[in-house]
Amino acid sequence: MTSAVSFRQVSRHFGSVRAVDAVDLDIAPGEFFAMLGPSGSGKTTCLRLIAGFEQPTSGSISIFGERAEGVPPYRRNVNTVFQDYALFPHLNVLDNVAYGLMVKRVGKAERHKAAEEALSLVRLPGYGGRRPGQLSGGQRQRVALARALVNQPKVLLLDEPLGALDLKLRENMQEELKSLQKTLGITFIFVTHDQGEALSMADRVAVFNDGKIMQIGTPEDIYQRPKTRFVADFVGSSNVLPPDFVQRYSGQHRWGSLRPESIRVARATSGEGVAARLVSTNYLGATTRLALDADGLKLHAMVPAGTALPADGEAVVLTFNREHLHLMDEPA
Amino acid sequence: MTIAALDTNTTPAILPGSGGMRGTLSDLFWRRPQLLLLLMLLPPVLWLGVVYIGSLFALLAQSFFSIDEFSGLINREFTLKTYGDLFQPANLDIILRTVTMAAIVTLASAIVAFPIAYYAARYARGRWKALFYLGVMLPLWSSYLVKIYAWKLILAKEGILTWLLAKLNLLWLLDAWLSLPVVGGNSLSVSFTGTFIVFVYVWLPFMILPVQAALERVPGNLVEASSDLGASPGQTFRNVLFPLALPGIVAGSIFTFSLTLGDYIIPQIIGTSRLFIGQAVYSQQGTAGNIPLAAAFTVVPIVIMGFYLWGAKRMGAFDAL
Repeated sequence: MTSAVSFRQVSRHFGSVRAVDAVDLDIAPGEFFAMLGPSGSGKTTCLRLIAGFEQPTSGSISIFGERAEGVPPYRRNVNTVFQDYALFPHLNVLDNVAYGLMVKRVGKAERHKAAEEALSLVRLPGYGGRRPGQLSGGQRQRVALARALVNQPKVLLLDEPLGALDLKLRENMQEELKSLQKTLGITFIFVTHDQGEALSMADRVAVFNDGKIMQIGTPEDIYQRPKTRFVADFVGSSNVLPPDFVQRYSGQHRWGSLRPESIRVARATSGEGVAARLVSTNYLGATTRLALDADGLKLHAMVPAGTALPADGEAVVLTFNREHLHLMDEPA
Repeated sequence: MTIAALDTNTTPAILPGSGGMRGTLSDLFWRRPQLLLLLMLLPPVLWLGVVYIGSLFALLAQSFFSIDEFSGLINREFTLKTYGDLFQPANLDIILRTVTMAAIVTLASAIVAFPIAYYAARYARGRWKALFYLGVMLPLWSSYLVKIYAWKLILAKEGILTWLLAKLNLLWLLDAWLSLPVVGGNSLSVSFTGTFIVFVYVWLPFMILPVQAALERVPGNLVEASSDLGASPGQTFRNVLFPLALPGIVAGSIFTFSLTLGDYIIPQIIGTSRLFIGQAVYSQQGTAGNIPLAAAFTVVPIVIMGFYLWGAKRMGAFDAL
């Protein structure tokens, strides 16, 4: 089966900066794919390479089997939802949504009908007459989505689509985007620096750092079985354990990771385990996050709310199941 | 642990006033911001209202007087006779010639200015941007008259342009152009073409700067979004860039159009002996001593600009403001 998007050794250099560095990537048709990474990690440049706003310095990009180098954005059947939406301020909502059809010379009645349908799809029917300036952030986001979807793209690119929305709205839009993608069956590729968003929405996640892909896998893979210290640390802030520590529990001299929720904390009197000191407690609602210091090794634990806890500064012992200790590929 | 420098126990919650005249005034203006606004606006409003607009109205009032053709004295009674004189064929000719020139100069300025403004707004950074501003503004620093006489030399029959075209074996092109009616003449410096070239040169900065400011405010990602949605560069220009730059173009055209309508020096030095409105005003109030007709002539550009702005507003030129 041909990939929706495929990168072969793709690099994009800006002067001496390697924004994207020899990336290989295959995204399946109909997949909901997330590019996750800190800012400056190359994820947005990858998105712009697919959209055609950037050209690769070297390597090859294909979209549904067709070579895309040198093809301008307006000849790619790929549409983008921009981070700040990029709605045309001089056009009303309906003309914004119909823009792609207008430049393809679709008749006025027909394109307005299609735009109306697209607006219904994003649950904004009847908003066509308004100007983008009169809409809230969430509404603008939906208009940007409708404007992209009305063109029936083969691939939809979303650049930090939910970054500018407040928490409640973001959670709603996450669910909506996911169900929309299921209904339409279009390949969605979205860029985010929010690991929670990537894990909850995507079928597969690529974790970027320094222009390279650190790991590609299902959210569960990425979360449970990080391959490198960077992935363990960036995705859900796992505890990264040094090889010496890991050797004591697994017999192997390798870097390890341990999820904060896998650590149990008890008072120092209650038996054996890793001796540590409780540094501080952070109440997070459903859970409480504990900062611990095990003889210089900084660890975090997550315990359910309501657990009886020692006071800050007290000595504690930490226990965990051996099978929760994940060994990483990264050499020691 | 307390840090002496950060000890908040000894600091007062309300600071004492700085005292004196300045302190009292600052506090007063903070409490009554309208007072400050009034004080700041009073001098310019007085200047604009009394000296500037007032004298303009005094001039316009003159246009409703008439001149006694025998004595040459001004008859200070309300009449529309002077406006009637405006519609004599010779005077209508002047008006039509000036408006046509102003329109063509404006159009040409917009066409020349747009790419320059676009480059400056989208691509020029740092040093290149400074160079752009310098290049655009530099001609404004030198004397207007010097520039016009310089152009007279450039465009003269023995001038550098003729010489250059002769070297390039393109003199036939110039001769063909100069043999055309209306735009032609003995040489470029005594033709309407010459007047046009110098007008465009002199007013160009007034078009470039507002267009550049308008383009500067167009976010770059709108161009990307348009391209992403399938618009070719030409379509992006027509559907996104041009509509968003239109307020700037209109602002620039207000300058180029009204400045051309009123100018009396350029057509006098470069061009034919036929008059433009500015020259008509100059000669009517000077040698002819016909202040009422001169005043009536000055009303013409004001009325034309009024219609121009009204038309521009109706076309939606200010919608994106």
